[in-house]
Amino acid sequence: MAGQAPSVGAPAPAQSHGWRSSTLPDTKLLMWIFLASDVMFFGTLIGTYLIYKGRSIVGPYPLDVLDIPLTTVSTFVLLMSSFLMVIALHALRQGNIPGFRLWTFGVAFFGAIFLGFQVYEFRHFVELGLTLDRNLFGTTFFVLTGTHGVHVAIGVLWLLSIVVASYVRPQHWQAKDATYLEVAGLYWHFVDIVWIVIFTLVYLVDFI
Amino acid sequence: MPMTQWLRRAAFLVGGMLLLGGCEFTGLQSTLDPAGPIAQAQHDLLIWSYQLSWIVMIATFGVMAYVLIRFRRRRDDPDRIPAQFHGSAPLEIGLTIVPVLIVIAVAVPTVRTIFATETRVTPEAGDVIVNVTGYQWWWRFEYPELGVVTANELHIPAGRRVILNLDSADVLHSFWVPRLAGKRDLIPNQNNQLWIEAPDPGTYYGQCAELCLGAHAYMKFRVIAESDAEFEAWADSFQTVDSRAVQADPDVQQGYQLFATKGCTNCHTVQGYRDGSSVGTPDFPNLTNFGLRTTLAAGIVPNDRENLEAWLRDPQAVKPGNYMPALWQEDDPNADEEIAAIASYLLSLGAQSGPEAQASLGGSHGDR
Amino acid sequence: MAIGRQGTGSSPAAGLLQRPQGTSGIASWLTTVDHKRLGILYILTSMTFLGLASVEAFIIRLQLAAPNQQLVSPDVYNQLFTMHGLTMVFLAIMPLGTGFANYFVPLMIGARDLAFPRLNAFGYWIYALGGLFVYTSFFLGGAPDAGWFAYAPLTSLSNNPGNGIDFYMIGLFIGGIGTLVTAMNLIVTIFSMRAPGMTMMRMPVFVWMILVTAFLIIFAFPPLTVALFQVIMDRTFGTLFYVPSAGGLPILWQHLFWIFGHPEVYIIILPAFGVISEVIPTFSRKPLFGYPVMILSGIFIGFMGFAVWSHHMFTTGLGPVANTAFSLTSFVIGIPTGVKIFNWLGTMWGGAIRFATPMVYALAFLFMFVIGGITGIMLAMPPFDAQANSTYFVVAHFHYVMGGGALFAFLAGLYYWFPKMTGKMFSDRWALASFWFFFIGFNMIFMPQHFAGLMGMPRRIQTYDAGLGLEIWNLVSTAGTFVMGVGMIMIVLGFVHAFRSGEPAEDDPWDARTLEWSTSSPPPHHNFDEQPIATDRDAWWAKKYPDLAHADDGSAYEGIDFDAGGIHMPGQSWYPFLLSFAVFIGGYGVMYDNWPLAILMGLVVVASTYGWAFEGVGGHHVHPRSSAQEGAGD
Repeated sequence: MAGQAPSVGAPAPAQSHGWRSSTLPDTKLLMWIFLASDVMFFGTLIGTYLIYKGRSIVGPYPLDVLDIPLTTVSTFVLLMSSFLMVIALHALRQGNIPGFRLWTFGVAFFGAIFLGFQVYEFRHFVELGLTLDRNLFGTTFFVLTGTHGVHVAIGVLWLLSIVVASYVRPQHWQAKDATYLEVAGLYWHFVDIVWIVIFTLVYLVDFI
Repeated sequence: MPMTQWLRRAAFLVGGMLLLGGCEFTGLQSTLDPAGPIAQAQHDLLIWSYQLSWIVMIATFGVMAYVLIRFRRRRDDPDRIPAQFHGSAPLEIGLTIVPVLIVIAVAVPTVRTIFATETRVTPEAGDVIVNVTGYQWWWRFEYPELGVVTANELHIPAGRRVILNLDSADVLHSFWVPRLAGKRDLIPNQNNQLWIEAPDPGTYYGQCAELCLGAHAYMKFRVIAESDAEFEAWADSFQTVDSRAVQADPDVQQGYQLFATKGCTNCHTVQGYRDGSSVGTPDFPNLTNFGLRTTLAAGIVPNDRENLEAWLRDPQAVKPGNYMPALWQEDDPNADEEIAAIASYLLSLGAQSGPEAQASLGGSHGDR
Repeated sequence: MAIGRQGTGSSPAAGLLQRPQGTSGIASWLTTVDHKRLGILYILTSMTFLGLASVEAFIIRLQLAAPNQQLVSPDVYNQLFTMHGLTMVFLAIMPLGTGFANYFVPLMIGARDLAFPRLNAFGYWIYALGGLFVYTSFFLGGAPDAGWFAYAPLTSLSNNPGNGIDFYMIGLFIGGIGTLVTAMNLIVTIFSMRAPGMTMMRMPVFVWMILVTAFLIIFAFPPLTVALFQVIMDRTFGTLFYVPSAGGLPILWQHLFWIFGHPEVYIIILPAFGVISEVIPTFSRKPLFGYPVMILSGIFIGFMGFAVWSHHMFTTGLGPVANTAFSLTSFVIGIPTGVKIFNWLGTMWGGAIRFATPMVYALAFLFMFVIGGITGIMLAMPPFDAQANSTYFVVAHFHYVMGGGALFAFLAGLYYWFPKMTGKMFSDRWALASFWFFFIGFNMIFMPQHFAGLMGMPRRIQTYDAGLGLEIWNLVSTAGTFVMGVGMIMIVLGFVHAFRSGEPAEDDPWDARTLEWSTSSPPPHHNFDEQPIATDRDAWWAKKYPDLAHADDGSAYEGIDFDAGGIHMPGQSWYPFLLSFAVFIGGYGVMYDNWPLAILMGLVVVASTYGWAFEGVGGHHVHPRSSAQEGAGD
């Protein structure tokens, strides 16, 4: 073993200071780890929903209130937003700054539309008598989808901030800085995937 | 430093002596003094694992003691660096196998005992069924097949299986009568089941073993195992309650009236108190045949006149945190007389059940 | 959420708050991002909470010294044992490990700080303020009183009006954020900032244990966060998560709590194992026996730690199949733990053992952890657990593993690393004397409790009856608190005295094995004048005694100037403290349903986040006098 030096890592990637023993940028690794914890977070909320499924003592019950066609539209909007996210990241990597700004704004815009659908849906459910404290369905549904909605809202705010920042400090939003958009993209895709799971388990399962 | 290992050895010997002596571990709530098949099986597992643990301790601490003496730094060569060996795969494998074997030795009887004591059973002929409901801070015992509802004192026939259906009306509790069986929790919406059996007649002490705040420390109960005949007589005493018989004595009669006027009937049920309608609610202890009970306030003090009057006068002093209100102001001139009357009435409940039932109890009643 | 970027200097970007530059005074401590300062803050804060929890325990033991005592009311007693457990687990022992990790992980891997220094500071402040939040409960209507695991439905608004439970739920929610971000920070640091030549299999075992612990935190804390959130929602907005009359299942709380709670005890003990794995080799003058096995067993324990949670629920009526499954997994988890004990013994075998104070504590750890482990295996048998659960037998068990185990191991670490952190040596004789009081007192307190439990004493009762055979065990246990108390005071006095007037400590007073000993005591702000290079496991030992190690010659990194342009050190910042403080105040807003306050604090949080992001990484460059110190640290 003497004389052999295993080569570990590489000199600093652009965003970090000093030696790094991994080629993965720090912020990206941080985001992946955060998402791992968020998987457990949503997993617990979803698990709670599933455990309490069918245990509500009074109505309204899921079949009474859920509107599959409407929620399918909002799900599609969210999925499209993820697609736009991919395009935005690609644009930034190519150095296409106007494109990056447009598509990133698009992601936020679509996210906001999704949130609009959520707000409408929540208000409609309340009108039908389903509230947080009405029954276990109301409790678990609103807390689960509401928490997801808050995650979406944070993402929308984040992406809009990026767009604004790219105007205020354009020198910090060039192709070389794509990792910072990629990290936001990872978060956004995660939030989208969580919605797919929620949509399937909360909405579709009852109707199929 | 030989002191270290000498002291360690000494600690061991002392500990070992303590643990080897069995006689000083009998006790009214002792798990080391089993009186029923479930507790016995649980106790046997403990002893088995304890014996295995001596192997572990002797081996581990023995090696440790040896190492600490043999390989300590020598004063005459303080800077010596010993051979820097890193490990040994065969030793690792061998040393891993030993704990695996010990685990297997523990696991096999454990799994057997689990299935012998924890499976849900369906009632068979001869079993007694009791619905146990935990309340803050007392126990409701209902025998659905026998038409008995009582509190805090569980009579069972010795030698027969008793199936307990456990529920809670409020928060978590745990039913634990150590000499008969390990505990099982009372959880709302859960419907747990515990079965127990007491081969020998006697009184077995129980206590709530899950924090329920308030008077949790005072939420006890008694299990009284008795012969089949005694048990049947006890159960029958709940069928033959006749309120009129107890009112012959004027003191008891006054207590009977006060029991309503002081508001006791708002909470407490006494079977046969009134013809045609019942009093009290199921949410508070049923006082039918109260005079037959050996303890009061959920198993915490003997049921005699002195304790009963003290309880009536100031329940919080006897059982801090419980829900029973103080019914007399401190300066109330009628308090003494009324308390004595109500005590007489309560202690008379069950007197009509006949001498056989009374004789079976063997608890202290004091004078009436 | 890094929107900002490395600054070329310390530009006060968003104009909100200047980056402070001073290195002394309160402001420098409030704004520090130096992992060493934060490590010391963690250690001092956790020691303070340890003291508070000890006072609570002392009152508990006084109350239990004899039957039917009324020193404190049941209500106060419930608050005391709840706060004792909560404080010890969340505010004392776990953060002590975090403090050591903070201070020593960068040094051991040859790095100059954690990957995200401001996030590190935030993690500390939110822990400290979360703990403070819970303790203000004593002055604001009463502390939480439903036990440190707060079983539903005892925590519902109807069963527990008043704010005590809200302090528990909100306080732990706040503190948990800090634990999570610090775990993330440590993972990135360990993966990405190891010195040249330090492969994963050359890292010190302490660092490995911290890595496994950090992953446990990532996966274990979110279920707790959700459960706390659910109870907060139940109590604040009337949701029905744990309302039995609406179909709610109290057992769900137990599952979620223990899915967190069992990994939590491994989160506590794995860093302690790591400390022992550094102390024993150093004081045996031999490498750790079976390094790969030690790492593997640590990973296996961490993994299995998620598979045993229902052994806390054996009496809840899960059924024989579930009980069997969790019983078997709980047995299995004892195997890698046993292997570790053998490896520590194997390390000492053939060594030249020095009975310095750190080693004495490590040996006491071995003794008491084995005892605690044995009672753990006993408790893993559901039929026996049916008798022992929720009695003083369990109390004895976990105090042996958490106290006799984790606490003693961390004390070993404290003595081991005290010279490095302070540059002063402590008096070994005084330390050993205090050890004996502490050790004997500890065993006096907890050994009798096994018997109290077996004799039928449930836990969490403020008094017990005479005539059950419990008196002698409780009396001896209480007597032990006085002995242990003397020991505690002596330990504290010893450290204070050493800090003020101890002999100056050398860089490497123990002739140790890992990189923190290659730099000065205490280390400079930038940790190492020259970037260390690892040529083997036990990188510092390999540097000192290359003939004894299988070191490579480090030629792969020859000629590389790792710190061209100066060593970049991160800049101080107000935002971590400000953000934590806003969350802290916001907690009161949520507690008192003061929504304007909560929303205002939320806005401060958002603004601080933007400020943090636009502040950028910042920092400055350090040019140490290293040209005069060729081969520094050799």
